[in-house]
Formats: sequence, structure tokens, C-alpha cells
Amino acid sequence: MATEKVTAANFADVVLKSSTPVLVDFWAEWCGPCRAVGPILEEISNEHGEKIKIVKLNTDEEGSIAMKYGINSIPTMNVFVGGEVVKSIVGARPKPALLKELSDYIS
Amino acid sequence: MSVDYNKIHELVIVGSGPAGYTAAVYAARAQLEPVVYEGSVTAGGALMNTTEVENFPGFEHGIMGPDLMDQMRKQALRFGAQLVTDDITEMKLDGETKVLIDGSGNTIKSRAVVLAMGSAYKEIGLINEKRLSGRGVSWCATCDGFFFRDQVIAVVGGGDSAMEEANFLTKFASKVVVIHRREELRASKIMAERAKANPKIEFLFNTEVIDVLGEDKVTALKLRNTVTGEESQKDFTGLFVAIGHLPRSELVKGQVATNSEGYVEVEGRSTRTNLKGVFACGDLVDFTYRQAITAAGSGCQAALDAERFLVGH
Repeated sequence: MATEKVTAANFADVVLKSSTPVLVDFWAEWCGPCRAVGPILEEISNEHGEKIKIVKLNTDEEGSIAMKYGINSIPTMNVFVGGEVVKSIVGARPKPALLKELSDYIS
Repeated sequence: MSVDYNKIHELVIVGSGPAGYTAAVYAARAQLEPVVYEGSVTAGGALMNTTEVENFPGFEHGIMGPDLMDQMRKQALRFGAQLVTDDITEMKLDGETKVLIDGSGNTIKSRAVVLAMGSAYKEIGLINEKRLSGRGVSWCATCDGFFFRDQVIAVVGGGDSAMEEANFLTKFASKVVVIHRREELRASKIMAERAKANPKIEFLFNTEVIDVLGEDKVTALKLRNTVTGEESQKDFTGLFVAIGHLPRSELVKGQVATNSEGYVEVEGRSTRTNLKGVFACGDLVDFTYRQAITAAGSGCQAALDAERFLVGH
């Protein structure tokens, strides 16, 4: 399945209340590495979407959520389980490296 | 675009900055059908992390780094270069047929290789610098500056990159302090003047950063005066390291000759390495000039050297 967009309006429902782990990709249009990692996340979402939900949060549009989670550098990919951040991946990674980081949630 | 992994290609280019793409344009026009490994997340090279490029000739009003790289990329595609948005993770460069393995596990074979992997940011080398990376420590102002609105931040370095980063960061920060270990900046005059004229930029000369303080984000820097040895501490919520670059030669060290800093060595003014059929260009080789235009020039040379080699063999 493709990635979804999250905003302040649906963050609680889509991310915090999710029964499966959720990866939130904090990104922005002007961020090169964010755009580079985008297609990789789409692929992972298509391949492992039932195990981990991948959603995108635009930090330009949703600045307060980004600030709430102390985002200091993008891309930052936070994994939420039960509403809490259990893992934080800062910086773009190649697909094999990302799959390794997410192995606990997709195996 | 699918690459044929069964055949032995004429030329594989590893890297996609100005050096890699220029090599791709020339090699494609020479009908070598080059396969270019752009990098899965680093395609476009160092200029992807800069804003205006004002000194690349041909652009009267300057051009944004990512736009310049996009145009080079399209130019390479136009002449038939095959671009692969993946990384090379292993290379075996000796012998007549070079063997390279990519991030997806494919093996590609080629008669010649152009190495154009460029350089990576130099780190100060402090444990806490690494620990707090992404949490207040950054090596890329254009990437992360956005998140330091109204904060007091430090930029370490004295060259053009440091001046550019400092100037750019004043768009967001309330104050930027440039920390340089020497008395004088080594930046170009125009960049140094621009920084000095910026009311939001202050300078701390003869100073080095000896530690980065903070639990889960940067709160202060420990400093030392390089002349008197006196230590002090100053509050900052961001540290941008702009002290230069190191060549990304880890994959080929031990195969091609490299100097003590890791720069790949080439013969005279050519791009020939010590291995037959292997050519190197761009910031992987150049520790003197390191400009987009010099990288592009050397990429052209590498393609021409590779073409002559292939024709002769």
C-alpha cells in the first residue's frame, strides 16, 4: 500500500492510536535527502505496509508537530508503537540500511 | 531503465556530482553506453546541499545547486547514459574485467571504471559531536538550518563553506558565531567580507571546540583558546561543522593508490590511476581546488581517458 499523509488533524487517529507500528517520515519539499528517501519509503510501504504503516508529515505545514517531537534535522523517521516513539532514524539511508533499522517491525 | 547484468559493459561511472555527470555526458556521446551509479540517497553529490551556486561559469545570475545537478543529469540521459539510483558497495578493480556490486545485490562487470565518489564532511572528531548529530549538531546548513529559528548557534570553520553556512543560517538564527582556530579566515575575500558585514554574525578567532555539551540535544560548547590554552564554555543550541571534506575512497583504498589523506592518486595531469582501466576525478582526487567546475572538467578528462583506453584495448 502507498504511504499516507498525516496532518495535525489526523495525527492522533492515524499514528498514536494505530494498532500496528507506524513510521512517520518528517520531510519538506526543499530537503534533497528527504526527496531521495521518499521513493525508498514508498517501496517499503508497498512491500511491508501491513506490518508497518508509513506516513509522511510535511514539517513546513505541520511545524508544531515537528517541534513537539523535537525534530532538529530532516529527514527524521520516527517509529511509533502504542503512541510512543520507540525508534528515531535521522538522515537519509539506502534501502538495505532502512530495512535493517526496521527489521524488528517487519520480520 | 534496466541494466543488463549479463554483459560486460564498456564503462561504469561511480558517483554523480559534476564530475560523474560530466564524465557520463562525454562517455555517452562517445557511444560507450556508460552505466552511472548515482547513489541511492546521495545522487547529485555535494551541490544538492547548497543553495545558490554563483561561481559556476555560464550562469550570469547563478543557479541553485540542485537545479544545476538536475540539468547535468538530464543532459547525461539525453545522450544515452544509463543512470542507476543505487550505491556501489563493493568493487574489484584489478584485472581486465572490473567487477562491482551494488546495494541491491546485483553484480555489474565492466572493462573500465571512472571513480567519482567525491568527498564527505569532515567531523571535528568529538564523541559528543557524533552522539548529538541530528540533535543540534549538523554538517549541512541548508538541510537543517530551518530548525534553528531564533536560536544562538555556532559554525566551526574558516573557509568558504563556513562563511556560506554562517550567512545562510542568519536567515533563521538570531545569532551565528563563527568559531575558527586561527587568527585569520582562509575564505575568499568576497565571502569573508559578506560574513563580516552581516550584523547577525560574530567571530571567535583562535578558538577551537573541545566538547559538545547536552543530554539529548546541544546546550553548550566547551571551547579552548588556541593561543593561550584557556578553556571556556558558551551556550549554543546548534553546532554546524564546516571544516572541510575528506575523500570518499573507503571502497577503493588498498586497490588504487591513495595519499595519506585518502585522496586517490592519478598520473600527472591525467585521470589514470595505478590500475589499468580505472580513472578517478572530482573531489575524490582534488584536494587543491575542489570546485564544481574543476570537478566537471576532470570528469570530462576521465571520460576521454577511458575512451582512449577502451579504443586501444
